[in-house]
Amino acid sequence: MSAAVAVEAKNVSKIFGTAGAEVRALDNVSVTIRQNEFFTLLGPSGCGKTTLLRLIAGFEMPSEGSILLEGDEVAHLPPYKRHVNTVFQSYALFPHMTVAQNIAFGLEMLGKPKAEVQQTVAAMLKLVRMEELKDRRTSQISGGQQQRVALARALAPRPKVLLLDEPLSALDLKLRKEMQIELKRMQMETGITFIFVTHDQEEALTMSDRIAVMSKGKILQIGSPTEIYEHPTVRFVADFIGETNFIEAEVTQRIGGDGQIKLPSGVTISHPVAENVGVGAVVTLAIRPERIDLVRPGAEAHLNGKISNVVYFGTDTTFHVEIDGANKHVTARVQNRRGHQEVLKAGDAVGLRVAPDAMQILKD
Amino acid sequence: MADGKSASNPAASAAAAVDRRDTRNRWLLSAPALIILLFAAIGPLIIVVVYSFLKKGDYGGVEWQFSGDGWYSVILQKDIFTDAVTVADAHVSILLRSVKLSFFTTILALLFGFPTAYFIATRNEKSRELWLFLITIPFWTNLLIRTFAVMEVIRNEGIVNSLLLGLGVIDAPLQIMFTDFAVMMGLLYVYLPLMVLPLYASMERIDFRLVEAGYDLYATRWRVLRHVIFPLVKPGVIAGSILVFIPSLGAYVTPRVLGGGRNLMLGNLIEMQFGQGRNWPLGAALSITLMAIVMIALLLYVRNASKTEARHG
Repeated sequence: MSAAVAVEAKNVSKIFGTAGAEVRALDNVSVTIRQNEFFTLLGPSGCGKTTLLRLIAGFEMPSEGSILLEGDEVAHLPPYKRHVNTVFQSYALFPHMTVAQNIAFGLEMLGKPKAEVQQTVAAMLKLVRMEELKDRRTSQISGGQQQRVALARALAPRPKVLLLDEPLSALDLKLRKEMQIELKRMQMETGITFIFVTHDQEEALTMSDRIAVMSKGKILQIGSPTEIYEHPTVRFVADFIGETNFIEAEVTQRIGGDGQIKLPSGVTISHPVAENVGVGAVVTLAIRPERIDLVRPGAEAHLNGKISNVVYFGTDTTFHVEIDGANKHVTARVQNRRGHQEVLKAGDAVGLRVAPDAMQILKD
Repeated sequence: MADGKSASNPAASAAAAVDRRDTRNRWLLSAPALIILLFAAIGPLIIVVVYSFLKKGDYGGVEWQFSGDGWYSVILQKDIFTDAVTVADAHVSILLRSVKLSFFTTILALLFGFPTAYFIATRNEKSRELWLFLITIPFWTNLLIRTFAVMEVIRNEGIVNSLLLGLGVIDAPLQIMFTDFAVMMGLLYVYLPLMVLPLYASMERIDFRLVEAGYDLYATRWRVLRHVIFPLVKPGVIAGSILVFIPSLGAYVTPRVLGGGRNLMLGNLIEMQFGQGRNWPLGAALSITLMAIVMIALLLYVRNASKTEARHG
């Protein structure tokens, strides 16, 4: 049941502009979003994530490909014939209506009986905790409250899928954090599939069941937050989400699925590599700064180097290390669980040790 | 306590002085406009009110003697032979025709102006400017000349009739000139820009994402127009309707040229009293009647508008 499909995009492309000045906003994108899922489209601005959302909502028609909503083709239906609702980045609340009237709008347009409309509006006001402000004009409430109303308005008709277009971007940090938790709660309470668009990696990691990372009109990787963070498959994903060190290393030998990989320090490690990676190939390893331990230079270390800079962040301290024989610097982050340790300072020689599972070989 | 008070006193009195100076400056700045209004609008208005209560002079003008005749003859007339008092049919029918023609002109202007304004408001910035420029072109020419141009189009030997005759659609020229229809067309042509411009001004400010939100919430095109766009441009609709209705009601040139002698409107009736009718008090009383109609229409309109607003929220 939980594996049932809510939305499916098949080979969708969207081209804006006229011949000669074409912009390919989406390039042959396919994705399957399951029911009851909190699915996030993550990427920098211009990556096509909002375009994909607008195609699902029906504000744009795909140039190629099809969009299925619970198995039915909807690509050429107008928005008002799709059981999908949107929370707009700008909220787009109707300024000539009260909070309650805004929430009732969709239900009234669907021709629901008055009693049902009132009941649902009351329930929605309760869900977003706006009961006391129901008769206010939308211009008389704060940004965070407008956000809640926009959410209630979009949820009131009980859409099959709720689309959220960077809804938290206009809120200040504290409110944004609160709303992240609220959104997740509402998604769980209503059981509605959420498709959430954001450029904020932290938002994506904290709320999503699955994330699709997008760049230049393509989906690069789809996976759970841990998969995306711990096992990025391409350089863009590793770089866009969190901080990453990239280390080039050479494959010296292959034994079955494993390769012997020679690090710049000369140390060789054993790591699974893809079929098409042959002996002599140079691969890129992605290593998260917090997965690197600082050790004495020598036998224990995977990499050796010299500390060039120490940056204290409060919760943790970041060491910038010039790697011997690689003309590269690596960032290592150490948690200050026992307070700041002033043992190591700039200029000290240091060894870096990385757990084998913390080294991720990238495809590109 | 006392310290605080004495400390705040100089500041407070300084602020009060600034306030007084501001007020004085504001009066000084608005004085020229106020003086013009006083002499050019309120002064003549008082004269008109006074004249309406005076006795008419035999060769025009007024005699300085109180008389209710002017007001009396606005809708009533006394038979010269029998002294029987009857309703002045001519006045009443002109009055009704004026209201009717102005009303339908306003409705038509709204029907034609709304899509036009919507079209302009949804263009990109460059072509918007072009369209607005085109809308204002008719204002470059004198009203009388424009009205004669309309006459060229609709008269018996005019463009419309020649075309229809040539195509064999009709056998005899259509009588368009000197009809209420001709007057209404003329008024529509003259005042349509006054509807389009305020409508455009309020449409241009619409956040078209609200339209998307409407579609998203299951509203069809028509319902988005009715429930989202229309309420948002209502100020423009009100302004445009007022700007079209009021001058239409008092129109003089258009009914005179296109309506001939038969299809008079209030403006023509008033002019007649000051001209060949030589009944200045009646003319003055009719003028005030016209103003009163405008005021009542405005009040009804505004009140109705605010009521629907309250209902829609």
